[in-house]
Amino acid sequence: MSTAVAQKKGFGAFIWDYLTTVDHKKIAHLYLVAGGLFFLMGGLEAMIIRIQLMKPDNEFISAGLYNEMITMHGTTMIFLAAMPLLFALMNAVVPLQIGARDVAFPFLNSLGFWLFFFGGLILNFSWFMGGAPDAGWTAYAPLSTTSPGHGVDFYVMGLQISGAGTLIGGINFLVTIVNMRAPGMSYMRMPLFTWTVFVTSTLILFAFPALTVGLFLMMFDRMFGSVFFDVAAGGNVIIWEHLFWIFGHPEVYILILPVFGVFSEVFSTFSRKRLFGYSAMVFATVLIGFLGFMVWAHHMFTTGMGPVANSIFAVTTMAIAVPTGIKIFNWLFTMWGGTIQMTTAMLWSVAFIPTFTIGGMTGVMLAAAAADYQYHDTYFVVAHFHYVIVGGVVFGIFAALHYWWPKMFGKVLNEKLGKWTFWPFFIGFHLTFFIQHFLGLMGMPRRYWKFLEGQGLDTGNLISTIGAFFMALGVIIFLWNVIYTAFKEPKASADPFDGRTLEWSIPSPPPFYNFKQTPLVRGLDALWIEKSEGKKAMTPAEPLGDIHMPYGSILPFVMSLGLFIAGFGFIYQVDNPVWLSLVFIGMGITLGAMFVRSVKDDLGYHIHKEDLEKGDGQL
Amino acid sequence: MSNEDILNPKQMPHEPEKATLEGKNKFLGFWFFLGGETVLFASLFGTFLALKDSTAGGPGTEELFGLELVFVMTMLLLTSSLTSVYAMYHMKNNNFSKMMVWLGVTVALGFSFLGFELYEFYHYIHEYEFTFRSSALGSAFYTLVGFHGGHVLFGLLWIVTLMARNAKRGLNLYNAPKFYVASLYWHFIDVVWVFIFTVVYLMGKVG
Repeated sequence: MSTAVAQKKGFGAFIWDYLTTVDHKKIAHLYLVAGGLFFLMGGLEAMIIRIQLMKPDNEFISAGLYNEMITMHGTTMIFLAAMPLLFALMNAVVPLQIGARDVAFPFLNSLGFWLFFFGGLILNFSWFMGGAPDAGWTAYAPLSTTSPGHGVDFYVMGLQISGAGTLIGGINFLVTIVNMRAPGMSYMRMPLFTWTVFVTSTLILFAFPALTVGLFLMMFDRMFGSVFFDVAAGGNVIIWEHLFWIFGHPEVYILILPVFGVFSEVFSTFSRKRLFGYSAMVFATVLIGFLGFMVWAHHMFTTGMGPVANSIFAVTTMAIAVPTGIKIFNWLFTMWGGTIQMTTAMLWSVAFIPTFTIGGMTGVMLAAAAADYQYHDTYFVVAHFHYVIVGGVVFGIFAALHYWWPKMFGKVLNEKLGKWTFWPFFIGFHLTFFIQHFLGLMGMPRRYWKFLEGQGLDTGNLISTIGAFFMALGVIIFLWNVIYTAFKEPKASADPFDGRTLEWSIPSPPPFYNFKQTPLVRGLDALWIEKSEGKKAMTPAEPLGDIHMPYGSILPFVMSLGLFIAGFGFIYQVDNPVWLSLVFIGMGITLGAMFVRSVKDDLGYHIHKEDLEKGDGQL
Repeated sequence: MSNEDILNPKQMPHEPEKATLEGKNKFLGFWFFLGGETVLFASLFGTFLALKDSTAGGPGTEELFGLELVFVMTMLLLTSSLTSVYAMYHMKNNNFSKMMVWLGVTVALGFSFLGFELYEFYHYIHEYEFTFRSSALGSAFYTLVGFHGGHVLFGLLWIVTLMARNAKRGLNLYNAPKFYVASLYWHFIDVVWVFIFTVVYLMGKVG
């Protein structure tokens, strides 16, 4: 009895700890768990789509539900799975890689997570509240503005709130990387993952506000009677397309750049070689980030912008293949002549290269505006973006999780199960999506609920569905590996992979203050330099002293909860103005919490030098 | 730096807003935030420009706008930017009471600007039946100018909160960055208004 109470109290304290934490390492856990759950939901939706398309004229789900499935699959995977999983990695690794004790804004870091989480909840609540959004993840007007019911309203409010969280996260990492680097770590000594996070954060900063505005316009049209997208009142539906893609195209680089960083770390570590062409890699990353803003209208070739605009956007799009090619070759040259260890992380990285190159090649094909009139809205496009997003981002996230798992959780994931994760997923992936190129070229349109017999599409779709089951099997084995590792694997050392960068110079998992003494960075691959000179640890840049730490806070959770409540108010006030009261309550909670945050001093506390000496890092 | 040194510094440095790491982070982070805000307003301006002739048979910009009112509003807001500069000048000289006076003037000017803006909206709605819902131009106009007005209101509440919170304790290294970024925000709102004046009103009148 008493132990049960003690355990319960312990569990409550555990939950409270995570609700109030501002520690970037714990926030990484939150992002990983939440993003992982949404990834499973998105995956389930994908399986339902593939089962529906398993055979011609199938009646597995209704047409309306199918529209909801494709919309939620896309939206969930991009905004609620890929983005937070990347934020998990960024939080777990970037402060450690630059030798910092935390991010620049620990409080905002927590706020960013809770906004994302509550936004994701709103979006998924739609399933239980009269139907999910059904206008596609791109939510083109006027399909979205005239979609009956509240589905699209959930899309608007959910993405608005989680988008605010993402923007906050982006600013946080920008400032962290600019201001918090350890002594000696110049920009050109930053690990490539940190560089890609830096560029990604810039893209978030300049891309997300366009989505914010687009969502506001749609919200006003759907909920407050404005007429931005109502052609009868002089509105213009193309505005949505532009705003969405001004955000949407940088978004795909926001997704891919961090995993480019992951692959750079993994190739370098497991080839036991310095990254080939480091400065060219940095340059290519920045160039991709810049060009990412110049190409949005290639999603709109068939909208009717005219040949001049189409040509310009075709050329800028093709130009992106150049810096991307630089990267591909640099990764290959990093492996060239290296002492290669085929660990699971390396396996995902090596598999990424041909897979992503295929996706890049079809990207150049799609960039040819004239040819795009053939490919547009067919399964060719579906195959293309799954090759880059799954073959790039998902492979990268798996590589990163296998690589950094010991740093995040103190144990190396089981290698055998890791390989068992890889092969079904890898084979299943190509089974699912390679054939879709040909289905698309044969004329199968995307987003269609059914296809008919006798059009030569049966076998291809069946193969695609079989592949999807293999991918699901891979994911299940990964989940099993997580559980297995937690119970069966021994504790990992600080540096299980003979790493090169600063995160491997501190224990796995690190103490909550990360570095007892800030390390002195003497070059690229800072830890490797010390190791190659026979030293066991980094040279400290400062004497042992008091460490300043931030206090935890429940306010980020409360602010996000307020917006969550207000979100429902906004959605339902269309039916009955009484619901406006929820808007006022919710906004009141949020603004009240902001007010408290403003007037209450929060200076943090210091861990004293004596305690650091006494506890030897075990506080 | 100990918490005591931050809250009760023996000597205020010349740039108190950037004297601590937290201050430096706030300073830089806020500039980045303003970069994002720029894209936000750029998107709203783009939308407005695309819809500025979409009157749907209702009144157009030339008929609606009166430059006299807009001139007064512009003067109020531009002056408030100047007075917030004075406030920051006194902050850097560690003259708390003068900083508060000039912030007070800034807030007063800001509120009178908002008053005029409310009158302007009221005027359009009642004299011209030009509303948020009447035409795409109406939607775009009220959204762009309303977003700016919302920013003004938020900035005013923010500055007033800061003034009230710190009225009794004076400047220190903890609140100096807060005052400073609030004034940055205020300048940003002003710059946006300059563009609204040009793109919405001036071009609406003569464009």
